[in-house]
Amino acid sequence: MDKVVRLASERGVVLFSKSTCCLCYAVKILFQELGVTPTVHEIDQDLEGRDMERALMRLGCKAPVPAVFIGGKLVGSTNEVMSLHLGGGLIPLLKPYQALC
Amino acid sequence: MDFPSTQFVPSRAMGTYEPIHQIGMWGENFKSISNPNISASVIVDVANKLENESETTSHEMLVPSSKHDQEASKPFDKIQRRLAQNREAARKSRLRKKAYVQQLENSRLKLIQLEQELERSRQQGLYVGGGLEAGHLGISGAVNSGIAAFEMGYERWMEEQNKQICELRSALNAQISEIELRILVESGMSHYFELFRMKSSVAKADVFYVMSGKWKTSAERFFAWIGGFRPSELLKVLVPQIDPLTDQQILDVCNLKQSCQQAEDALSQGMEKLRETVSATLASGQMGQGTYVPQVAMAMEKLEALVCFVNQADHLRQETLQQMSYILTTRQAARGLLALGEYIHRLQALSNLWANHPREPA
Repeated sequence: MDKVVRLASERGVVLFSKSTCCLCYAVKILFQELGVTPTVHEIDQDLEGRDMERALMRLGCKAPVPAVFIGGKLVGSTNEVMSLHLGGGLIPLLKPYQALC
Repeated sequence: MDFPSTQFVPSRAMGTYEPIHQIGMWGENFKSISNPNISASVIVDVANKLENESETTSHEMLVPSSKHDQEASKPFDKIQRRLAQNREAARKSRLRKKAYVQQLENSRLKLIQLEQELERSRQQGLYVGGGLEAGHLGISGAVNSGIAAFEMGYERWMEEQNKQICELRSALNAQISEIELRILVESGMSHYFELFRMKSSVAKADVFYVMSGKWKTSAERFFAWIGGFRPSELLKVLVPQIDPLTDQQILDVCNLKQSCQQAEDALSQGMEKLRETVSATLASGQMGQGTYVPQVAMAMEKLEALVCFVNQADHLRQETLQQMSYILTTRQAARGLLALGEYIHRLQALSNLWANHPREPA
């Protein structure tokens, strides 16, 4: 739990993912399209992966991955990210972290 | 159809006139039976009415005759018995007629059902031989009942949809209050949300069924993206129907369309990744020895993710609908829903036309 909280509260866009998860891949692609490079933690490749999974679910994520944190705050899973984006609320949140191209 | 009113005319006149009149009426009936458009219940009504007619008329025929024979008692008994026998025979004949007409009605209903099933199968592009999957691999009972429940539900959904479209159309042509129009718009939206719930349910039973779009017509399937319409495509089709828009609305719709396309791209690439993953898993290890149970089992685990993608795609559709309802006025939203309903109808009509349009022999 501590590890997850610590990693999540890091500045910027944090994505908890699994290397084999294709939905996580879709979220990564979306951030890429929006000009953002999230910090990705593949929990299936982490020794404490199981604990992290439990921690994420306790934080409110229905599926442990993908789990998105922006500026230390939990945004949610794919559903929440998509809703936020269509509602026009995702880009403002990402503005400070967007790559300057 | 006109029925003769019961006339109090002398029996002799009735004797000559009545049978011809009855034959005339039956002739009309047989014409109606061959006309497929007349409902079976009308045929039964006609049959009943005629039976009632003949009952009342035969009474009138009896009355004068019995008066004549009242003088002789023995011949009177004989005649009474004969008349009773006649009545009995007539009653039996009427019952047989009733049974026959009932049988006709049942056969007609069955024929209509079969025709509808055939039409549906043709529209779905299924051939009468049946799908290969169903026969060979054996679909489990649970999957079948999930699919059957969905198909029945979809039929009802479509009927309700058509009703709502008609209501919207008349509401927009009439001058109804803002509140009443809002209610219609809300029901229209809830109705679509209901469809997404149904799809989510059947996706758990058989995600390939949802991916195939089997319950839809062929032209609808042509435009399918992960089990349904691509939301940004629909926006392109419908927004011109909702003109005029304010500048702010144009901007909002533009942003929505862009966000939609980005989300769709992300999901499409995720799907592509899924295909690669399943393919790689399936093809792992040596091929050619005929042993592959572990590969197939692992590939199936990967495939579970398809349900998530289908759900995400529907979620995207729902969100797009929701966002549009925030951007548009009530009247614009009503026009949008009406246009969407009609667009689907046009796709279905295209499918039908295509199915029935003569092709050159190979």
